[in-house]
Amino acid sequence: MSTTSSDVWVFIEQRDGKPADVSFELLCKGRKLAQSMGGSLKSVVMGEHLEGLVGETFRFGADEAMVIDHPALRQYRTMPYGRILSDLVRTHVPRIVLFGATIIGRDLAPRVASATRSGLTADCTDLQISDVAYLRKDYKKLLLQIRPAFGGNIIATIITPDNPVQMATVREGVMEMHAMGNPVAGKVTTIPYVPDPADELIQIVEQHQEENKVNLKAAPIIVAGGYGLGSKGNFKLVYDLAHALGGEVAGSRAAVDAGFVPPERQVGQTGVTVRPKLYIAVGISGAIQHRAGMQESNKIIAINTDPGAPIFGISHYGIVGDATDVIPRFIEVFRNKLK
Amino acid sequence: MYHSIVLVKQVPDTANITGNVMQEDGTVNRAKLPAVFNPEDRVALEMALQVKDQFGGTVTAITMGPPRASDVLRECLYMGADQAVLISDRKFAGADTLATSYVLAEAIKRIGGYDFIFGGRQAIDGDTAQVGPQTCEKLQIPQITYLEEILSIDGRTVTARRKIEGGYEVVRSPMPVLVTVIKDAAEPRPFSARRVMAYKGAKSLMEIEKMAEGNSLLYVDQLVHEYESRELFIKTLTMDDLKLEPERCGVAGSPTKVFKVESVVLSGGEHEMIEPTKTGLGRLIDKLMDDHILG
Repeated sequence: MSTTSSDVWVFIEQRDGKPADVSFELLCKGRKLAQSMGGSLKSVVMGEHLEGLVGETFRFGADEAMVIDHPALRQYRTMPYGRILSDLVRTHVPRIVLFGATIIGRDLAPRVASATRSGLTADCTDLQISDVAYLRKDYKKLLLQIRPAFGGNIIATIITPDNPVQMATVREGVMEMHAMGNPVAGKVTTIPYVPDPADELIQIVEQHQEENKVNLKAAPIIVAGGYGLGSKGNFKLVYDLAHALGGEVAGSRAAVDAGFVPPERQVGQTGVTVRPKLYIAVGISGAIQHRAGMQESNKIIAINTDPGAPIFGISHYGIVGDATDVIPRFIEVFRNKLK
Repeated sequence: MYHSIVLVKQVPDTANITGNVMQEDGTVNRAKLPAVFNPEDRVALEMALQVKDQFGGTVTAITMGPPRASDVLRECLYMGADQAVLISDRKFAGADTLATSYVLAEAIKRIGGYDFIFGGRQAIDGDTAQVGPQTCEKLQIPQITYLEEILSIDGRTVTARRKIEGGYEVVRSPMPVLVTVIKDAAEPRPFSARRVMAYKGAKSLMEIEKMAEGNSLLYVDQLVHEYESRELFIKTLTMDDLKLEPERCGVAGSPTKVFKVESVVLSGGEHEMIEPTKTGLGRLIDKLMDDHILG
């Protein structure tokens, strides 16, 4: 096994210069991974007018930024981004490359992994460094890539034992993000953009993006409803409770599929991952797909008619009862306390 | 006239996992899961058929999988595919996305003459969304992932709308191009009753071999010839047929390995039950207020 480096790279994703949160989450995690391997953390920043963004990556722990700044890279496009990143990986052979499991990350990472014949694990929810014994061989400091599989029914740990580069995409919101106490300006390595005819094959004709008005990730209190509420009319109780407590409304996938609540409010494996101070789950049975998106919440209250519902297993407080009965009383008691 | 290749996959129905599918050691008993047509691949086939309906041409459905994956290929024929190709070999077993994409890319090169490659965005068993882009990279052609709608096809240029976070973008690409489609891109058509009657007897090489087994009067080559002449042969490609490098196939060609699998264990048990009465809820709210969580 030829390990050439212990460096961790994080691909910094941006649209119109606005970075994706997940990139900073990955820098924070990447810093820990790099420390446990004795390597350094590098951000790979592509786009146009990147000075501010490069500085931000240092604030979140990058030791070095590899910067490719060119008008041709202003908007993300598969071909130039994939080609440039693949070339960099081939030249420098980092030990780990991390991407957000976003639409961009899931478009780019497989191209780069294919071009460099690297192992790639999708949608990780945890990453660790560990010595591993696999098929009677010992491997030092491998990346454990932990992800839900089979529709979330199992948790698989994936390794890339005999390959120089270990790549992973990581779900948004699952890694904590915090800026460094005393950030140090790192080294900036500027990489020239050398055009390639294939870069221009795909043209972006237009782009429409709306700022997500719902920011569940930042909400300290979330009241979430599930299919168990039975109807859109009953789901209004979730809005009432959220309104009374000053929280945001969320829903399980089943509630979204049933049309009780819009998709941008979905919490869980295929929705948003949240960690509020208080999460109230109403009529949510607690399938693993949902738990994956909320189990890190500080306090969890479950309201469910079924005392055997799995949601109680991860809750701090459980209330067995019908939401149509419990929620109005909850609101009434809470309002009286405020008086 | 456009020739489309559609990548389809037979997957365990992960949406309907019940208790007895999960084994005590935390692994999945695949034998207990019904095998289904990956939903987004069915949408991909529908898109290819729509291109054919509008502009003429052909649709070839291909899958890599065990012999029983012919089931989804027959379904492709029932929906309207002109040709189905099974890529199957014991040596492909245990392939991760890199090894799978190598085999698919080589099979596509063998089939050749394509303008479009369609695939679902991702399969419901692994949810990786990697095989499409990885196949595409090996063919050195552009890709449009997360496709929502084909807006226009004009000569050798396709204009399409794809999903991005919080919106969409419209892109223009030359052909050939690989696209992966999301669930809402199209509503898959039902099987045509006439085509079900016509193709329910279609068989792959492995299925014909099985028929010939134990019947000394049947010869595989003859049978294949007969099925071919009746247009009921599901073309079958093995590792040797494609002259593949064995070290790039199956387990050997897969850099990622499953190290550990656990069923999801609930930490629980320590939660406090609250009576849904005014007193019970009052105590809970007091506690939350004391902890500065509410109020």
